[in-house]
Amino acid sequence: MEFSDCVVIEGSNMAECHPVAFRWPMKAKAAGAKLVHVDPRFTRTSAMADVHAPIRAGSDIAFLGGLIHYVINSERWNGDPFFREYVVNYTNAATIVGEEFQDTEELDGVFSGLMRYTGGVEEWPFDGFLGRYDPSSWDYARGPDRAAAPGRRGPPFDDLIRSLKRGQPLRDETLQHPRCIFQIVKRHFSRYTPEMVSNVTGCPVDRIVEVAETILANSGRERTTAWAYAVGWTQHTYGPQMIGCCALLQLLLGNFGRPGGGIMALRGHASIQGSTDIPTLYHSIHGYMPAPSALKEHATLSDYLRSEASAEGYWANMPKFLVSYLKSMYGDAATPENDFGYDWHPKIIGDHSHLPMFVAMAEGRVKGMLCIGQNPGTSLNASVERKGLRQLDWLVVKDNFLIETATFWHNAPEVENGSVRTEDIQTEVFFFPSAQVAEIDGSFTNTQRMLQWHYKAADPPGDCRSDPWFTHQLALRLKAMYADSELPRDQGIRNLVWDYDPDEPHEIPGEPDPEKVLKEVGGYYTDDPDRHLGGFGELRDDGSTTCASWIYCGVFPEPGRNLSKNKEPDPPGTIGAHLNWGWAWPANRRVLYNRASADPRGEPWSERKRWVWWDGSRWTGYDTPDFALQKPPTAPADPNGIGLDAHSGAQPFIMKPDGVGWLYNPAGLEDGPLPTHYEPAESPVANPLYSQQNSPVLKYWRRDDNRLAEMSEEYPIIITTYRLTEHYLAGAMSRWNPWLSELMPELFIEMSPELAAEKDIGNTDWVRISTPRGSIRAKALVTRRMRAFQIDGRIVHHVGMPWHWGWEGVVTGDVVNEMTALVGDPNVSIHEGKAFVCNVEKA
Amino acid sequence: MVVSRRDFLRSSLGLGTGTALGSLVGLGTDLTPAMARAQELRIRNAQATPSVCPYCSVGCATLVHTVDGEIVNIEGDPRSPHNEGTLCPKGAAIYQLHQNPNRMTQVLHRAPGATEWEVWDLERAMDRVAELVKETRDETFLEQLPDGTRVNQTTAIFALGGATLDNEWNHMQQKLMRGLGVVPIENQARI
Ligand code: SF4
Repeated sequence: MEFSDCVVIEGSNMAECHPVAFRWPMKAKAAGAKLVHVDPRFTRTSAMADVHAPIRAGSDIAFLGGLIHYVINSERWNGDPFFREYVVNYTNAATIVGEEFQDTEELDGVFSGLMRYTGGVEEWPFDGFLGRYDPSSWDYARGPDRAAAPGRRGPPFDDLIRSLKRGQPLRDETLQHPRCIFQIVKRHFSRYTPEMVSNVTGCPVDRIVEVAETILANSGRERTTAWAYAVGWTQHTYGPQMIGCCALLQLLLGNFGRPGGGIMALRGHASIQGSTDIPTLYHSIHGYMPAPSALKEHATLSDYLRSEASAEGYWANMPKFLVSYLKSMYGDAATPENDFGYDWHPKIIGDHSHLPMFVAMAEGRVKGMLCIGQNPGTSLNASVERKGLRQLDWLVVKDNFLIETATFWHNAPEVENGSVRTEDIQTEVFFFPSAQVAEIDGSFTNTQRMLQWHYKAADPPGDCRSDPWFTHQLALRLKAMYADSELPRDQGIRNLVWDYDPDEPHEIPGEPDPEKVLKEVGGYYTDDPDRHLGGFGELRDDGSTTCASWIYCGVFPEPGRNLSKNKEPDPPGTIGAHLNWGWAWPANRRVLYNRASADPRGEPWSERKRWVWWDGSRWTGYDTPDFALQKPPTAPADPNGIGLDAHSGAQPFIMKPDGVGWLYNPAGLEDGPLPTHYEPAESPVANPLYSQQNSPVLKYWRRDDNRLAEMSEEYPIIITTYRLTEHYLAGAMSRWNPWLSELMPELFIEMSPELAAEKDIGNTDWVRISTPRGSIRAKALVTRRMRAFQIDGRIVHHVGMPWHWGWEGVVTGDVVNEMTALVGDPNVSIHEGKAFVCNVEKA
Repeated sequence: MVVSRRDFLRSSLGLGTGTALGSLVGLGTDLTPAMARAQELRIRNAQATPSVCPYCSVGCATLVHTVDGEIVNIEGDPRSPHNEGTLCPKGAAIYQLHQNPNRMTQVLHRAPGATEWEVWDLERAMDRVAELVKETRDETFLEQLPDGTRVNQTTAIFALGGATLDNEWNHMQQKLMRGLGVVPIENQARI
């Protein structure tokens, strides 16, 4: 971001929520860059920006769609050959889509292929889908099939991969074909004019134009624009589409793979990136491979590879990733004969994510829970989550303080008001006190995919233990219990490799050795565990390499060289990527797809934006090149090749089967190949663009205690939620901390002077806020930072609330999540916490 | 409220077990003597250990100062290209995640229907949790669906949490759960 000429922050209040990272856009600004903030509120980020574009919560696709419309119809974009060269060569703009595809412009807000949802299995009726798309009509138009005969079963799996070859996508590099993606995109956004977008978002027309002109002026050969977002873009029923819409715009502007460009996801937690890469998430296994599923063609290892690997692009290597992963699970017991233990690996049978799990729990379908470092007692539609906790037979909470999840049986609101009796709650509850960061050795992965090691400085007090200690001790006990079992169902746990005891005794008895864990994640040669893997190029699909996470491969390339411990910043004044500070996956690359920082011939697009280039014999530059190092820019694609051979030397997006960035997603998303403006599940506004009001495929869990508001006068106000600098999430790491609690003691609701006047509410008055799920009290903060929006010809009020409080801790307050709903996105099941409706009255 | 240096040290070192709200907030307002002491120690004989802020995802690097194994100060690591020695208010308060009398240091157990906690021995609690995990897993394990699809799993145990925790823990936790067949595994990245 330091190298950006313009930074647009949208869906984030970076100055307050990622304060130290905000110094980088500020440094860019000091060097002359423009700073733009798009947000319903005027926050400290807005105060530092050159332009603040106010939009109502949930209308970002309309806003970004408006920018796309403006950009591709602008003189500058059509006049500067850079944009066309980037877009034709590095995106799928020229690719032609099949004839069956129909757009939302044709079908009034839905794409072709919409069906009623009939999937799922009886054993798991909690998927929440209302409708579903059959995406087959979204595919590219293709030339003749090039699949090879299935051939022999692996390993090696090359025959299997070759059998996945498909016909080459058809292209029109003049971008004139009516079904080429550029023309489809152009038609799709043709009605997203500044006037229409203003009508939808409430942002004044001149502000929309100002933002569009600013990004256009700061994109091109010589200049780059970056976007930054946070959960303001994810907590929606169409969050991935918001991010996709930004990606579409950034690709059109030539801002990917280049210094100062791209999209920065500002994630919320110290190692949220790590816990996504190393997925404590139901839907994926290490390195972004999907979890084996009973709902897909995943019966055997070969079936799994057939449905998930791709013949072209880097995912053709999936057999190596998966087999090396299975070796890390089952060790010597994983052999080619037993498909490397694939059958022992559990399969998911539906959506087992946070929201459906609590619905299942409230219905008595979940018996036990291990809750380690999370506070669901104050989480979404909190009374439903606590109903779930009351149905459990047992609950383990491991945390620093006695958080609400640990005391739900004792003094939750429903216990205090007498509607639930403690004596009737049959849950057995454990509380384990935790060691804190400075008391343990280990690594976090930050939002730039960088692993950084932290060292133990002191012993934890009393019975406080690290989280690895807990899981290690639990595993050792369970391994012992199953050690002699001959039951087929127990062979997975029996054969599970669990070898983390330290070689030297640790000061805390029973602590595992975290470097042994990291070694297994990064990988080693199966027959010589002291030979670590230096990078994912060394992985094999025959079991000779053991590696839990292919993307982390190389973090620990030899015994004694844990690269996450690197602490050598670049000397001041040099241009560089600080490659010796920490270690970023993959392969210590700092800018992904950075081949795109050079033109198709391998030359830097400009001297000013030099990053990675071809020096005549190899790729080189300031960063680790994200490309085959020796592959010349002129190398032709092999139409019959697999993996990267199928790409030419000018196709930078090596993970994509067609080697280019996707403006349009021919597959992979549940809710359509292009972003389209829908209203949030709850909105006081009728969709001004289509008669389809909401996403037709959003997820909703229908329950009496999870009612959604109708569009009515009962709940006319838009509400959004957010974080404060001084607190952290559900408060578990801040509300017990006297310094932070003193800085920010109380829950409040921010509202505009106009709304306050209408409701006769004065600053600091108590206010009651209600939704169909719940009702809470907070103090009013009447401020110009909030505004009413003019939407579709009428005034719509907007309020905002931070959500850090609960009934425990040094400072307490009502739980804002009593008001949120279990409704979410169809791709990732994230709830819609950033845009819903409420009513507000003086309390 | 006046807090003597001795009182501050006693509560900040976790020796005091009282959690009186008033005195804590009071401490927040009068740190001068303690801070002065911490500064002094940092210069004279404190040991600095590199660490990372456990709050947001920026990954600010810190230095943890200890004297005789006791944390006395945590501040930004000036070498870090991310934060160049700076920290935000949360990062600047990491010290209190560690040195905080509100911190729990004993294992607690609440029996079904009970109205109060009971202090439990750590090993006893671990044994009981392992027993419960095994019992629940074995009772609810699903080898296959009625159509014969092999699934080898259970959805009756939910493992939640992880985004503020180490990579190494995340690996161990998801590996143990998947090894057992427990498929509902989630962390804050979802919500
Ligand atoms: S110091 Fe602040 S900005 Fe830095 S990682 Fe910690 S919480 Fe984030």
